[in-house]
Amino acid sequence: MGAEPRAAVGNDFTVRAPQALNDPTLRANFRRAMDGLMSKRAAQFADKPAWDSLRARGAAAKARVLAQLPALLERLEDKCRANGITVHWAETIPEANAIVLEILQKAGARTVIKGKSMVSEEMELNHHLAAHGIQAVESDLGEYIIQLAGEAPSHIVMPCIHKNKAEIARLFAERIPGLGYTEDVDALTAAARAELRGRFAAADAGISGVNFAVAETGTLVLVENEGNGRLSTTLPPLHIALMGIEKLVESLEDLPPLLALLPRSATGQHITTYVNMITHPRRAGELDGPEEVHLVLLDSGRSRVYGDDQLRDTLRCIRCGACMNHCPVYSRVGGHTYKFVYPGPIGKILTPQLEGLDCAGDQPHASTLCNACVEVCPVKIPIADILVRLREESVRPGGGDAVKGGGARRSALETLSWRAWMLIYSRPWAGRLAAWGMTRFGNLLPERLPLLKAWTSVRTKPRFAAKSLHELAREQGYCDE
Amino acid sequence: MAQPATDVRLQSKPERVYYFGTCVIDLFYPGAGLAGMELLRREGVQVVFPPDQGCCGQPARNSGYMDEARAVALRQMAAFPNDWPIVVPSGSCAGMMKTHYPDLFKGRPEYERAVAFSARVHELTAFLVNVLRIKLEDKGPPVTVTWHGSCHSMREMGVVDEPKSLLRQLANVTLVENPREKECCGFGGTFSVRQPEISAAMVTDKIAALEETGAARVVSGDCGCLMNIGGALEKAGKSMRPQHIAEFLLERGHGR
Repeated sequence: MGAEPRAAVGNDFTVRAPQALNDPTLRANFRRAMDGLMSKRAAQFADKPAWDSLRARGAAAKARVLAQLPALLERLEDKCRANGITVHWAETIPEANAIVLEILQKAGARTVIKGKSMVSEEMELNHHLAAHGIQAVESDLGEYIIQLAGEAPSHIVMPCIHKNKAEIARLFAERIPGLGYTEDVDALTAAARAELRGRFAAADAGISGVNFAVAETGTLVLVENEGNGRLSTTLPPLHIALMGIEKLVESLEDLPPLLALLPRSATGQHITTYVNMITHPRRAGELDGPEEVHLVLLDSGRSRVYGDDQLRDTLRCIRCGACMNHCPVYSRVGGHTYKFVYPGPIGKILTPQLEGLDCAGDQPHASTLCNACVEVCPVKIPIADILVRLREESVRPGGGDAVKGGGARRSALETLSWRAWMLIYSRPWAGRLAAWGMTRFGNLLPERLPLLKAWTSVRTKPRFAAKSLHELAREQGYCDE
Repeated sequence: MAQPATDVRLQSKPERVYYFGTCVIDLFYPGAGLAGMELLRREGVQVVFPPDQGCCGQPARNSGYMDEARAVALRQMAAFPNDWPIVVPSGSCAGMMKTHYPDLFKGRPEYERAVAFSARVHELTAFLVNVLRIKLEDKGPPVTVTWHGSCHSMREMGVVDEPKSLLRQLANVTLVENPREKECCGFGGTFSVRQPEISAAMVTDKIAALEETGAARVVSGDCGCLMNIGGALEKAGKSMRPQHIAEFLLERGHGR
């Protein structure tokens, strides 16, 4: 038992959920968007045996990476260096921010154009750069929209999915000079494009994420649909790529299954419009490409995740977002309710591990364990089992050292309740006594009792039967062998 | 994803089966429990209900209380000593026993026992269809029903079509499928009280989707879901009636 009951800490998700649930526009936006994404994905994987075999290859490729991660990271570093890419290691977010800032300052960069990167969201890089007088502009349309709105992404693939057309039209009318209110998607996109075009050409540096880094060849693979990723990584003279230490593959041969799984799972696309493969800076005689390429590898708690055989599978994630698209909880509360960078099922297992069970310990409980995410995960992450494991770690006596903040949610009352439950169901006499009591008096329990009150907000009170199945089975001769 | 292991010994009809009634059925829906046993008995199988059984242990396991879950799981394993199939009228409890008992005892001396035990576990409707190849007679009046598949039945036990094939055998029953059948009803055991607002939103959406089918009844193989859905239907004053599939099938055979 921990020194003090701390069950009330880290309940941000639980506190924020009702606000989201009471916002009908937000609910409708997510419901509509997730329904569309689910049906598009289903159409891509209509052939079940093909899905099974593709998924097995994808999962195996990522499992192979995790089985030899340290060695592959070294190989990646060696290959990148040989190719002329400068490699940086950052154990923490402040370290990563300092590295990026230093590279930019050394190059005298004042403006940055960014491709989409969730690692940069983890780092809150834009704020950090702004504080040092460097302006970073998001070039992914969704990211551009939320940057205009001053918001955080609500989805890892579609960052502004919480907004509908009218909301975006109002935002653009307010923030883009000369553009009136229009809900015409082409006009809105054209306005954003016009705003961004000049920025690509003028930016001193481009910053991007990485979907897959190939250890065998030192190749950085980026998938995208808007061409902004390609522009951000080729037009400016300096390119900085940011990636978590888990996002690599062993060889080029691992890419085809993963490149087939990622867009189909994410947006229901057969393939993305752009697949960028970056292996080196501009070479003598080449007409385009950055003169300098840097790769920043961020740990930020991932090594600790890697250290546990079961939790390690969290790091297979290829960030497709299918788990959130199919999550009945995410689709109702939206991404911002999770507060941290990664929402939905993958966030529920990743955030508590990166941030600690003491500050995000309610997230593993924000699931019915319905397994909808497990069913669609293209790399077979056992999300439900990991959720349960994190629940276990959050109440582990003494805390344990598998997960930061272990034991943070242990409480004397809950422990006592499960002990009583154990007694009832592991001692038949106690079970008989409890059943006798509940069938006779259970219906007298008042609705205002804490758990019943929660239950009866939208449901009637469950009614105990007059006789238990145990009693009836005995009466009808089912208990005799 | 767990796939139901085919029990090689069950190519033909067993003489005797064990019945695990589940704690929710025991206290709240004993009629559903009895109906399942009656369906099995009618097929010429002797049904044994060991009186020392209780709960599968899922509530503690899902809450992270593994020692408590293990103690209860061991008690269940002891309550079913003979090598007979164990039929469970709940996909969720069956899923716990089939897929999670081995995990609970991984690296422990009881592991082999847990694996052997889990191989004997069958969900009721899958057992009726795949092992007993039951043929149903319908003596009831015409009725329209919809099916609610539980998440664990579908995604842990791999039982998706079996219960619907049973409903389709009934001549006077029209099955209208819910386009959102695969979406969770929001029960989730302790989830319903740990995240009451989200659970409430989910079950409210669920009963709206069920109502859209126009069915008079919602039939399911899991009493946890039925308690959630049925309670919400009743609180909202809806006329749709929730019913466990075992009770429904038995009723149809009796012409009620």
